[in-house]
Amino acid sequence: MVSYLLRRILATIPVMLFVAVFIFLLLRLTPGDPATIIAGDFANETQVAEIREKLGLDEPMVTQFFVWIGNMVQGDFGESFFYKKQVSDLIASRIEPTLSLSLLTIVLTVTIAVPMGTLAAYKQGSWLDRGIMGFSVLGFSLPVFVIGYALIYLFSIKLGWLPVQGYQRISDGVGGWLLRLLLPSLALAVIFVAFIARMTRTSVLEVLGEDYIRTARAKGQTETRVLLRHALRNAAVPIVTVIGLAFAILIGGVVVTESVFTLPGLGLLTVEAVLARDFPTIQAVILLFSFIYVLINLMIDVSYTLLDPRIRY
Amino acid sequence: MVEPVLDVRGLTVALPSDGDRANAVEDISLTVAPGEIVCVVGESGSGKSVTASAVMGLLPAALKPVAGEALLEGENTLAANKTRLRALRGTRMAMIFQEPMTALNPVARVGEQIAEMLEIHTGMSASERRARAIEIMQMVHLPDPEKMIDAYPHQLSGGQRQRIMIAIALVLDPALLIADEPTTALDVTTQAQILTLIKEMQERRGTGVLFITHDFGVVAEIADRVVVMQHGKIVEQGTRDEVLMRPQAPYTQMLMASVPSMTPPARTPVVGARAIDVTGLSKQYGKTGLFGDGRVVLAADDVTLHVNKGETLGIVGESGSGKSTVARCIARLIAPTAGSISLHGTEIATLPEARLRPHRRKVQIVFQDPYRSLNPRRTIGLSLIEAPVNFGIPKDQALASARSLMELVGLSADALDRYPHQFSGGQRQRICIARALAVEPDVLIADEAVSALDVSVQAQVLELLDDIRARYNLAMLFITHDLRVAAQICDRLMVMQKGVVVEHGPTGQVFRDPANEYTKLLLEAAPGRDVTFGAGRAV
Amino acid sequence: MATATLSPGRQTLRRIFRNPSVLIGGTLVLVIVLMGLFAPLLGTRDPSDISPKDRNKPPGYETTVRDYDGNKVPVVYRLGSDTLGRDVYSRIIYGARISLIVGIAVAAISISIGTVIGVIAGYFRWLDGIIMRIMDGLMAIPAILLAIAVVSLFNAGLASVIIAITVPEVPRVVRLVRSIVLSIREEPYVEAAITAGTRTPLLLVRHVLPNTIAPLIVQGTFIVASAIIVEAILSFLGIGIPPEVPTWGNIMAEGRSVFQIFPHNILYPGLVLALTVLSINMLGDGLRDTLDPRFAKRV
Repeated sequence: MVSYLLRRILATIPVMLFVAVFIFLLLRLTPGDPATIIAGDFANETQVAEIREKLGLDEPMVTQFFVWIGNMVQGDFGESFFYKKQVSDLIASRIEPTLSLSLLTIVLTVTIAVPMGTLAAYKQGSWLDRGIMGFSVLGFSLPVFVIGYALIYLFSIKLGWLPVQGYQRISDGVGGWLLRLLLPSLALAVIFVAFIARMTRTSVLEVLGEDYIRTARAKGQTETRVLLRHALRNAAVPIVTVIGLAFAILIGGVVVTESVFTLPGLGLLTVEAVLARDFPTIQAVILLFSFIYVLINLMIDVSYTLLDPRIRY
Repeated sequence: MVEPVLDVRGLTVALPSDGDRANAVEDISLTVAPGEIVCVVGESGSGKSVTASAVMGLLPAALKPVAGEALLEGENTLAANKTRLRALRGTRMAMIFQEPMTALNPVARVGEQIAEMLEIHTGMSASERRARAIEIMQMVHLPDPEKMIDAYPHQLSGGQRQRIMIAIALVLDPALLIADEPTTALDVTTQAQILTLIKEMQERRGTGVLFITHDFGVVAEIADRVVVMQHGKIVEQGTRDEVLMRPQAPYTQMLMASVPSMTPPARTPVVGARAIDVTGLSKQYGKTGLFGDGRVVLAADDVTLHVNKGETLGIVGESGSGKSTVARCIARLIAPTAGSISLHGTEIATLPEARLRPHRRKVQIVFQDPYRSLNPRRTIGLSLIEAPVNFGIPKDQALASARSLMELVGLSADALDRYPHQFSGGQRQRICIARALAVEPDVLIADEAVSALDVSVQAQVLELLDDIRARYNLAMLFITHDLRVAAQICDRLMVMQKGVVVEHGPTGQVFRDPANEYTKLLLEAAPGRDVTFGAGRAV
Repeated sequence: MATATLSPGRQTLRRIFRNPSVLIGGTLVLVIVLMGLFAPLLGTRDPSDISPKDRNKPPGYETTVRDYDGNKVPVVYRLGSDTLGRDVYSRIIYGARISLIVGIAVAAISISIGTVIGVIAGYFRWLDGIIMRIMDGLMAIPAILLAIAVVSLFNAGLASVIIAITVPEVPRVVRLVRSIVLSIREEPYVEAAITAGTRTPLLLVRHVLPNTIAPLIVQGTFIVASAIIVEAILSFLGIGIPPEVPTWGNIMAEGRSVFQIFPHNILYPGLVLALTVLSINMLGDGLRDTLDPRFAKRV
């Protein structure tokens, strides 16, 4: 068990290393001088020289990389050109809205999508199944910012029930926090529910065709228990896998949702940084998001050993 | 006369309207008395499994019983509502299936799966259920039940899993046990043990058994009475000896004549020139050292063999014996780890692909699964001329010889323009044989080539293989797990176990006077070895 | 029984054209493609025409403009105007062009590159490890972030947006193709072709690659849909195609600041975008169900 864990953790190192190299090279290998790109169109010679000095761009590429990655590992993400702050401080001040939005969305999604998909599979071919699948295609096709604005239009502008945009820290009151996160997480959850409900349906359908389901029925087991005890327990691994994959969609969705609802989180920071060509911030945020994504999928891999006795060591 | 535990009367199950016939089964009537084993036997598509599922109420939604009744101790299961049917399943009738691996829930402990039966139908407490589960595991002779009860299915062997299935089925002492091909997925030695167990359980408890199988050896071994089905109808039923020894219906007579005998016919040794020489062949899977995970399997270990022109060498063994690995090494679908393969003095064991290619035409192979052996997107003609054209024969000439080959294997030459899905399994296997012959090979490898076929088709394809072997003076390497088939077609026989050749000799001698303990075990395990079917005709 | 004599390919085609999802989705997609192609003929004006006096007008607003000869011509802003007085209706119609170009280009490029890499990874075992580690790494960066990272380096424009969206799609295609190649190379008919002496390139083209066509068509439609969404997102965030070019994302970005007063600038292009993606996804779903249900699960 420990050796399995260790091997899985070791296996993520080359992936993270590749991500780091990729993000590093993205800026260095772009046609043109990185310092000029970073400085932007309106910079003068001294500003460009200053940036070049700061990034150590005159050093050999390999040295630059190791200096950069070394700093990252120590938690030093450099200084933001735009905000004139340490990127690590910037990230720390922006992480709460993003974390809140993501967690609320995940909770919302899983509680809705898994029962929905299971039900659709169990009632395969019925009007219920068709309805759920229809919703799933629709939900997968509605871009999150379109849903976001439609929700704002309906609930905030027309009905006036909920605040339009903005964020309230959880320390300033859970009620206000939840109220302001309700629409964003709902908007973000739609695509997510569509995706996970559909994959849950597929997984459960596949399991329902297995021989051991027939065995359970031959034992005289009730249909509810066949579904819960035999089908869902076996479909757990693919469903959890899909939830892990969905985190990639979630992270992308967070960027857009935060922009629509002006939530001052990491997603909005990313967009602001790109618009300001604030490269240290862009690199740090992308690296951080990728790291979280890899970590989540590592956790999911490890959870397999608990869900399926065949996967061990 | 005692009341039967199962009395099926006039059962008809309709197929959906797009099926190839109106009814899956039609007007089926049969009985199973207490303590009796009734075998329902038939080839694929005969409707034998549908009959069994109908009694249990486990038919797929598309299949509906439209007439007749299935009386379980006088109660019609076809008319029972869902709740009643659930109450009957497990308590009065139980079922075991073909694949013991897939029939058990892979993520639940086996003890839990036995106890589930008690949980559904009795008011036992958890500790009582566990005690009862251990008890029944002991009864089906599982080793160390106290420990095994907490194992998962994948930690058990195939035979052990089937014992668990039997334990689940019998834990509530049902009147009727339905066994749907319960030994088909098992090796022959395991099969013999499971058959013994079913018989023992049934005798001890007086259970009536409805036993579905396609294997006449198994029928001979276990049946009291036999029901023969064809195309959804019963063609004949009677006692075991009546049906097997003195069949009345022409279909049954044909089937009995098709079952290969366990007695090899007399053969004169073939003294032709050596076609292929294999020395010290080994194949190892998995890597050792820095990048391997330490798990190394020696699938074939120091195998030495030769085949003469016009001779058939059989390799028999159970699954995992390495017989197919040897075949695939010789066909160079995989590269052997060590050893030499010599074709007329050309060493092909180590040749790289580019230099190997000219020699490939000399060794051709026919695979087990006729449904996956032909590219479904290409016409039969294109499949047949692929190899000749590769070796430089003009397309017209290749097509002309493809036509005559099709006739040689008993198919119409017009079929060249058709696609594989338009042919039956047996016809496809004939096409595969024609394809192998198209490049006039020296060596033909048949890797379980008749194992997926029904017994009547199997007999015909065996005959064809033997025919072309003689006609083209081919050296044939015949891989099989089926001793009956091996007895009929092979001149010499090699027995493999766990990658090693344990016995080698003329077929007659190996069958009459086996030297190795494992060979003896295999021969003794072969079901129905003492029964002569029908006229007992040889190939 | 008449269908049995048809080749497997013809039978599949027959099934496709009888699938309601394919028919409805396909028709809608066709309408949108025609809309993009014949944009100038659909009662539109120059989508970049600025008219400061007609800013932020509601749908159905009528006014007059002077044409090149100085004559007053009546015009209707069917779907209102944006903050620069441009006709939202015309911008939406022309916007279909950019969306379709991006969608199709991304699908075509990612499938071509992904197929080549996937076949190499699936057939040549010694390269497999390296290639798949690189793909894992690429897939570890969430798609939109990767796209954002790529566009942030180039000057905004159609080509850079297409590249930015293509990069994260490639590893997905590679995985799909590789998994098919790995399973097909074990098929007995492929092994039969090996013993028939068929050379590797021909073997791949003849026996292996045809099996990737159906899943790739399905995957391709889904790539088109997702590329259209990502392009709209990038433009909406202001980091995609330059704001003066009429794209659905740009129209919506334009409407953001005045959304609470003039929601039509966001809702109408949003609706058309959603409908487009929906019809492509329906087409994809229908194709998957008819072409290749087995491979549906792999994606």
